[in-house]
Amino acid sequence: MTQTMEPSSLETSNGENSHRPLGVYTRPKGGGGWRDWVTTVDHKKIGILYGAAALLFFVIGGIEALLIRLQLATPDGTVLGADTYNQVYTMHGVTMIFLAAMPLAAAFANYLIPLQIGARDVAFPRLNAMSFWVFLAGGIFINLSWLLGGAPDGGWFAYAPNTGIVFSPSHGMDFYALGLQITGIASLVSGINLTVTIFNMRAPGMTLFKMPVFTWMMLVVQLLLVFAMPVIAVALFLLTFSRLFGATFFTPELGGDPLLWQHLFWIFGHPEVYILVLPAFGIISEVIPTFSRKPIFGYPFMVFSGIAIGFMGWGVWAHHMFVSGIGPVSVAAFSLSTMFIAVPTGVKILNWMATMWGGRIKFSAAMLFAIGVVSMFTIGGLSGVTHSVAPADTQQTDTYYIVAHFHYVIFGGIIFGLFSGFYFWWPKIFGHKLSEKMGILNFWVMLVGFNLTFGPMHILGLQGMSRRIDTYSPGFGFEAWNLVVTIGSFIIALSVLIFLINVITSARNARGRPPIGPDPWDARSLEWMTPNPTPVHNFDEIPIVESLDEFWHRKYGSDEDGKIVRVASAEEVCQDGSAEGVHLPSPSYWPLVFAIGLPFIGLGLIYSLWLCVFGGALALMGLYAWVFEPVDDPDVDHHEPQKEDVSD
Amino acid sequence: MTNQTHSEETSTGLSHNKLGMWVFLGSECLLFGALISTYLLYRGRFADGPAPGDIFDIPFTSVSSFVLLMSSLTMVLALSALQRGDERNNRLWLLTTALLGAVFVGGQVYEFTTFLREGLGYTTSPFSSAFFTLTGFHGVHVSLGVIFLMSLYVSSARGNLHKERAETVELIGLYWHFVDIVWIFIFTVIYLVPSPTS
Repeated sequence: MTQTMEPSSLETSNGENSHRPLGVYTRPKGGGGWRDWVTTVDHKKIGILYGAAALLFFVIGGIEALLIRLQLATPDGTVLGADTYNQVYTMHGVTMIFLAAMPLAAAFANYLIPLQIGARDVAFPRLNAMSFWVFLAGGIFINLSWLLGGAPDGGWFAYAPNTGIVFSPSHGMDFYALGLQITGIASLVSGINLTVTIFNMRAPGMTLFKMPVFTWMMLVVQLLLVFAMPVIAVALFLLTFSRLFGATFFTPELGGDPLLWQHLFWIFGHPEVYILVLPAFGIISEVIPTFSRKPIFGYPFMVFSGIAIGFMGWGVWAHHMFVSGIGPVSVAAFSLSTMFIAVPTGVKILNWMATMWGGRIKFSAAMLFAIGVVSMFTIGGLSGVTHSVAPADTQQTDTYYIVAHFHYVIFGGIIFGLFSGFYFWWPKIFGHKLSEKMGILNFWVMLVGFNLTFGPMHILGLQGMSRRIDTYSPGFGFEAWNLVVTIGSFIIALSVLIFLINVITSARNARGRPPIGPDPWDARSLEWMTPNPTPVHNFDEIPIVESLDEFWHRKYGSDEDGKIVRVASAEEVCQDGSAEGVHLPSPSYWPLVFAIGLPFIGLGLIYSLWLCVFGGALALMGLYAWVFEPVDDPDVDHHEPQKEDVSD
Repeated sequence: MTNQTHSEETSTGLSHNKLGMWVFLGSECLLFGALISTYLLYRGRFADGPAPGDIFDIPFTSVSSFVLLMSSLTMVLALSALQRGDERNNRLWLLTTALLGAVFVGGQVYEFTTFLREGLGYTTSPFSSAFFTLTGFHGVHVSLGVIFLMSLYVSSARGNLHKERAETVELIGLYWHFVDIVWIFIFTVIYLVPSPTS
């Protein structure tokens, strides 16, 4: 993590002499293969792990969505019973939000933030590994519920008192509460880690306002995580204690107030919306300038509107509760604040359009997905403004109109944005491009499927079809549109399949060929100064930053007429990855050991406290070994005597 | 705890660990904020169980609060001793701080058992659930702090805690002061604001 270069011989001799590592406390040397992956603390590998795991969960959540649509394709559907339907739609939401969208954003954040700010790794590499393993442990834990007597069935929002033992007697909601608690630890730790990374590890010269917009948006997201996760943690604790220990927080007979859950959940839940969408905003803020051949329009406005969204996101939560009886003053206040938050979002939309305006646009797959975000998210934003009008919202609440709205925002905004990021950064990460032809097909199929799926839901909702119902009777005029929606959902599935096939065939075609050369897109930010794929040490030499879009400015200058001319080729500007002996943090087993302990604690709380003892011991062992692990970093040793260093 | 970079190398001048600790404490504010809000909502909802005004022993809790607040003073003394390189006094004050923290936790255990005897169980009413959860979370934080302090003490006793590592003590100190300051809020909200009686 230190930015100095040390000859590797020095490192080994020093490490052996001064640390005397004992038994299990020696740090893994990495023997290649899977061992490299389970002990890695490299932010790039962790980013890839996040991406792979999240894509797996994305497919699982997608299958759940298809099951929902099969059930609703025709009236009186019998594909899933009511009970199973509740579990499937709950898990669809939980999986897509917590196990697919958030970790996919984390994948991009992990991989790109250190590269964009010119750093060698994140501030706390082992904590970073821990975040990933804890997230994966939590995701597996929640999905274990399918095998252990039934998945959560109270909706991803888990409104009390439906989630109490009386109405949800299976262990599903326990898995929900404890599982999200575990993934919450991952998000919180990762939020702290990346916040410190961005504030503390910028390359010389990179002031905050020379950071790429992606990094800025990610900074806002990390701060939102840091402050939102503890709120849902409390909500989940209250739910867990109520279900497992009989606490009376949500017991109306004794005076418990179900609205408390709604407030706590949405105080977390609305910032969560921006936790999900700002990464996508960041991604397309890199893609659109690159493929428009123009700098981003109004960089400070982009940054400040992102910050404004981050702040205002805390003041709109009760617009989820307009029909919960919160009183006219609250309704009016939250109605207004909700309208106001559309302003910074609108600023962003206009700036993206102004960036494209007059640019020489190249319609690559990444660019098409980015334009998809700008257009589809705008539709979702506009229907969102219709909810901010409380009387209209009263009509829309709990109908498919709401489902249409948030899928335009989440799918149209976030998933399109993430796919844009895949196509843009794939050569950076894997050293070869995804097939552009298939990518463009991927986009158009997804766009058609997406609009067929979620467009008609507006109409269904305004016709009065309730959300969350497991079936409907014929004769209400719902039949035709529901069939269209189901067909659309399968077209989306087809587009995802095209993407996965593209991943496989592109990798196969690239096999045996040298990796793609530097700078395949004529890009603008620092990450492209490293070779593709990124070498393990990132930068041969930490660049000194002088301007926003530093990489672009090293390639282009202006002649005496003020015309922009190329002054250097990408090969001249990019580093070749040849540096040797760069000191990097050593891999570690303990983040994984700690993470494995947590689901056992969860299972123990549900089934038998003995499992808790086992899980707790495992987690404690992980932490203890972590603390006493030798730091085989000659620099650190120099400044900071460790506990093993009695001689010092 | 984690790989450290020296402060002069970071963009802000703060070390990673210190900045990380501050961000973490910011997050903790929201945790306690949500718990305190829950208590405020439920302090008057005691169902058929004891009301807060009936069972609180304010003089007793005031004494234990005083003990906890004094531990912040001894924490400062511990840090300043180590910064001067005075390891013996550092150990003395670390131990004193841990001891004061343990006395506070002991007082809490005594208070809980007394309440339990007087009929205030965890499941009695929303008030009781909220009270035990809020003060319990705080108690767990203090207990963790005591464990951290004892770890520092052991580390120092084995000759591994020198002036150069004063920042580690400072970080634990930040955590410790935070837990104290939160107690000022909790004490005010639970005990000092006049409580409903049955």
